[in-house]
Amino acid sequence: MSTETQSPVRVTKEPPSGSIRPRRRLPRFAALGLYVAGIALGALLSALTGFSIALTVIYGAILGALAVYVGSRVVEGRRKATDRLVTALVTTAFAVAMVPLVSLVYTVLDKGLARFDGAFFSNSMFRVVGEGGGAYHAILGTVVITALAAVISVPIGLLTAIYLVEYGSGRLKRAITFFVDVMTGIPSIVAGLFAFALFTLVFGNDVRLGVMGAVALSVLMIPVVVRSCEEVLKLVPNELREASYALGVPKWRTVVKVVLPTAVAGLGTGITLAVARVVGETAPLLVTVGLITGTNLNPFDGRMATLPVFAFYQLTQPGTATQAFLDRAWTAALVLIILVMVLNVVARLISRLFAPKTGR
Amino acid sequence: MTATKAPTEPPKQRVVRRPGDRIFAGSAKGSGIFILLVLAGVAAFLISEAIPALTAPSEDIPGGEGLAGYVGPLILGTLLGAVLALLVATPLAVGIALYITYYAPRRVAAGMGYVIDLLAAIPSVVYGFWGLAVLAPTLVPFHVWAADHLSWIPFFAGPASASGRTMLTVGLVLAVMILPIISAIAREVFSQAPALHREAALALGATRWEMIKMAVLPYGKSGVIAGAMLGLGRALGETMAVAIVLSGGAGATLNLIGSSNPSTIASNIALRFPEATGLGVNVLIASGLVLFVITLAVNMLARWIVNRRADFSGAN
Repeated sequence: MSTETQSPVRVTKEPPSGSIRPRRRLPRFAALGLYVAGIALGALLSALTGFSIALTVIYGAILGALAVYVGSRVVEGRRKATDRLVTALVTTAFAVAMVPLVSLVYTVLDKGLARFDGAFFSNSMFRVVGEGGGAYHAILGTVVITALAAVISVPIGLLTAIYLVEYGSGRLKRAITFFVDVMTGIPSIVAGLFAFALFTLVFGNDVRLGVMGAVALSVLMIPVVVRSCEEVLKLVPNELREASYALGVPKWRTVVKVVLPTAVAGLGTGITLAVARVVGETAPLLVTVGLITGTNLNPFDGRMATLPVFAFYQLTQPGTATQAFLDRAWTAALVLIILVMVLNVVARLISRLFAPKTGR
Repeated sequence: MTATKAPTEPPKQRVVRRPGDRIFAGSAKGSGIFILLVLAGVAAFLISEAIPALTAPSEDIPGGEGLAGYVGPLILGTLLGAVLALLVATPLAVGIALYITYYAPRRVAAGMGYVIDLLAAIPSVVYGFWGLAVLAPTLVPFHVWAADHLSWIPFFAGPASASGRTMLTVGLVLAVMILPIISAIAREVFSQAPALHREAALALGATRWEMIKMAVLPYGKSGVIAGAMLGLGRALGETMAVAIVLSGGAGATLNLIGSSNPSTIASNIALRFPEATGLGVNVLIASGLVLFVITLAVNMLARWIVNRRADFSGAN
């Protein structure tokens, strides 16, 4: 690779001779300017027909892209114009995808902060029919059930990942890989029905237990744990294993003492993300755990309250004091989002803090 | 070949199999097999609980028209919502993936990808809240307009719902939910498009779009298809958002904007299961079995496409 000073060819400003036309280009910010002008026109158009934000966005995106295309077509020709049109469309697609995210976060914050107070975190709904009350019981229930699900899923998922990376071969490995992938697509409600059917066959009809919810969540969580742990274990350099074998360390000790500690940051991240994925699951808990108003922390004894189910019923079955129920529902949704976001951040932190020291 | 291979492969019979090794290898293998058993168990237990509904006389099934009459409209509703979501989400997701991989400034691209992934982290019940409180009212004017101007299309036959809690709204909520799934996979395959092809295209004077059209899209096509199918699987099984937003109750209708819509399998289970008793439970589980089979087929097809691509591409 030659640097510019070594380059024998000098770049000149003169257009090349021969039949090639000098290429005309739009000034640097002209495309952006045309796009903004198109959006402004769109806003004007929607203002004429009764202003609404949605119409502004739609008109603006269409007219903006059109303005860029026409402007570029006149100056730069067809190919360049198509390129600019696609750039405008692709950027618009990204911006459009941001709209629901921003709108959702804003709405949940706006409506959820009304009851984001001490009482919400310290009171249950026991004997609460109107205002007041809180989600103390539901938050703890979610913690208990999710923890139980993690206790079931993490050993199975991690061991399976170890099998796939360290031991597996041939048809069984391929089958497990394939069906773990397929399992990630099981609808959450089907996982709930599975847990219900399993426990109904064992304990008889109308059984509702916290552990049923944990089993249902495990069905959803195990494949996620397997996939993320497998990816991480694959990254452990083979030299480390070989060095360990060369010292006469048995394979299982190599895995436990060399491979897992090397990968611990990635494993922690993967498991935390798996927890984050199931902590907001509603449907499987709806059919297996149900909901109660009081605090029940024993997953082997009857119904429990969980935050997503709590939020759902507060919204869909409000009592006479409707606003109080809606406020509680939105605050529960806010707490749920915060919980998921915190888990995501923790996952990032784990991968940063516990990353193996490379020594370089 | 044999000369170089021989020293690295120790003769099998001289390896000492310690008990620790056996236990560890056995438990690892056992949990792998356990996962397969769980998947088989899901099918087996669902079937065993669904059998009473399959064998019951048709007048005992809710609705009185037999199991097919009960599940049929639900399947239609499930497919309608999911396909609508797919049609909206796929082009958007491809656009997003292209933007993040080839258009966004390098420095912020990773952050943008993370923001899109956040969409996937938001619990579905919260999407339901948002769809009910924000999206449905926002879309009401469009419903009215569509009923006025597009009623010659069966999908917009009307009359328009006044609340906006329609299949159209549900489809858009689902589209937002599956957007990150499709765009994540599309992003991955787009970024794996061979650099040599891309640079060759640019060197021949292609514009950025021509480079993408010639070098990236043909390479990423199967990945996008697979991602779309995974998104479809998710949309088919989505429960809470649909249960909250959709005002169901109608039989089979293609009308997307009416005030009463065909419910979906998953949301129907979520709404009726807590109060169901006796045969009603079995009927709901039978409908869940149908959903399981549909999503399983979609997912297996998607995974098959992904794996086939992985086998033949130079990416791995």
